Amino acid sequence: MIELSYFAAAVLFILGLKRMSSPVTARGGIVWAGAGMVVATLVTFFHPGLSNFGLMILAMLIGGGAAWYTGKKVAMTDMPQMIAIYNGMGGGAAASIAAVELLKGHFDTGTFQTLAVAGALIGSVAFSGSMIAFAKLQGLIKRSILFPQQQLINLAIFAATLVFGLILIFSEAPAGFAIFMFFMLALLFGILMTLPIGGADMPVVISLYNALTGLAVAFEGFVLGNAAMIIAGTVVGAAGTLLTQLMAKAMNRPLTNVLFSGFGAQGGEAMEAVEGSMKEVGPMDAAAMMAYASKVVIVPGYGLAVAQAQHKVWEFVQLLEEKGVEVKFAIHPVAGRMPGHMNVLLAEAGVPYDKIYDLEEINNEFPQADVVLVIGANDVVNPAARNDPNSPIYGMPILNADKARNVIVVKRGKGTGFSGIENALFFLDNTRMLYGDGQAVASQLIAEVKQL
Amino acid sequence: MIEGFTALYIFMLAGFVGYEVIGRVPVILHTPLMSGSNFVHGIVLVGAMVALGHAETDMERMIGFIGVMLGAGNAVGGYVVTERMLEMFKSSKEKRQ
Repeated sequence: MIELSYFAAAVLFILGLKRMSSPVTARGGIVWAGAGMVVATLVTFFHPGLSNFGLMILAMLIGGGAAWYTGKKVAMTDMPQMIAIYNGMGGGAAASIAAVELLKGHFDTGTFQTLAVAGALIGSVAFSGSMIAFAKLQGLIKRSILFPQQQLINLAIFAATLVFGLILIFSEAPAGFAIFMFFMLALLFGILMTLPIGGADMPVVISLYNALTGLAVAFEGFVLGNAAMIIAGTVVGAAGTLLTQLMAKAMNRPLTNVLFSGFGAQGGEAMEAVEGSMKEVGPMDAAAMMAYASKVVIVPGYGLAVAQAQHKVWEFVQLLEEKGVEVKFAIHPVAGRMPGHMNVLLAEAGVPYDKIYDLEEINNEFPQADVVLVIGANDVVNPAARNDPNSPIYGMPILNADKARNVIVVKRGKGTGFSGIENALFFLDNTRMLYGDGQAVASQLIAEVKQL
Repeated sequence: MIEGFTALYIFMLAGFVGYEVIGRVPVILHTPLMSGSNFVHGIVLVGAMVALGHAETDMERMIGFIGVMLGAGNAVGGYVVTERMLEMFKSSKEKRQ
């Protein structure tokens, strides 16, 4: 009966994930997976030989309750760090299972003992690393922490962790001290490994830890002989690895670079100086340009979300559509804080997903666009990524906004973007700058269009 | 118990399933999908329950308790945020209804 329920749960997880990979069926997918989780959890209460039910239920109420409350309350812009923290909890749980099993210390075979230790290592690193990722994205840790000989020290700590891991694997009944040292070192390694990684690379790291937690869960599943954990964990491990690669590719940052070098830490050669001047435009002229265009493409960036301007922009777009203008949203793969984050933020404002286009889908359409409206985006429309080999972002796929007939850039001030790189797009002849807070500008545009 | 090559086969096949399921996913779903797979490994809760259920000493109980707490947080939190995100994905047709 228990095995049958675990089997059903595994099937539901896989079908759920499959449905989640298409926007049409995605909403059903999570419900399917959720049903699988409920079945698996309930049936576990009937697992033979269990005790401590009171503690079990109390722990579930505390952990589940806190997660429920924070999950319901969190703003959509803060989603990436919430995913990081929930993921870290999973890694921590996997490590806890290993700790209990190691303390008991009677494994059937050496293979299981090895898997328990491996899962403990991966789970601990995913736990402490995810907490640091959370702290960074939440702004609790403001900058990348770099110190001399950092990689050497990290390597030494990792080596020490492995030594204690081997001691645990090869001792008949592992000593409490060795277990304690092993977990402390593994947790420390997770922290130190994540500290130097910059905020922009964090999504890739979170995705990596997600895959690692999956793997740790699978390993502990082998130890406990639990098929649901093995299958779900492995599926997530594989899917997460692929997702991590896709993200790293979308950001044009090889995974090794993300993990082993701080962004912008290297000096780099002088970039080509940007020539020309920035030309300003007022909201009235900007609104008129777009209202009488036949095709407008909007390029939103994280700045839009920070200014909470999504709703206003969507209202503006609906006004344009009433005037017969064709409007499309162009989303760069790394717009927002992680791939797909911007889509979530636009969806929150009520923009239907069939108006939102990926980089590949829309890049050929820019030359036909009368106006491109860039709001809160910077590096993802910088033509230097295409033409200037000395630019740090050279080679990153960008949205070809500069190919449009006219470009309007909404920007708070004259500074450079997230990466601190000057943007050649702003100096083009067909570019006009519209300065101001995203939300205020959007409101002005709405007012102007209504008067036309 | 699942042992030896059976375990290895399960591991391999499940790995391929994971790879294939995500294979052709559009970028717009990367964030929800990451969150969804994050929810799926919340199944660790089940293992933590078993670990706590078998705990005999106070030390084991304490660690098991933490494990169940964290596992429940993973499962519940993962579900809530994924559901909230996916709830917002609607096409223009559905909006007009």
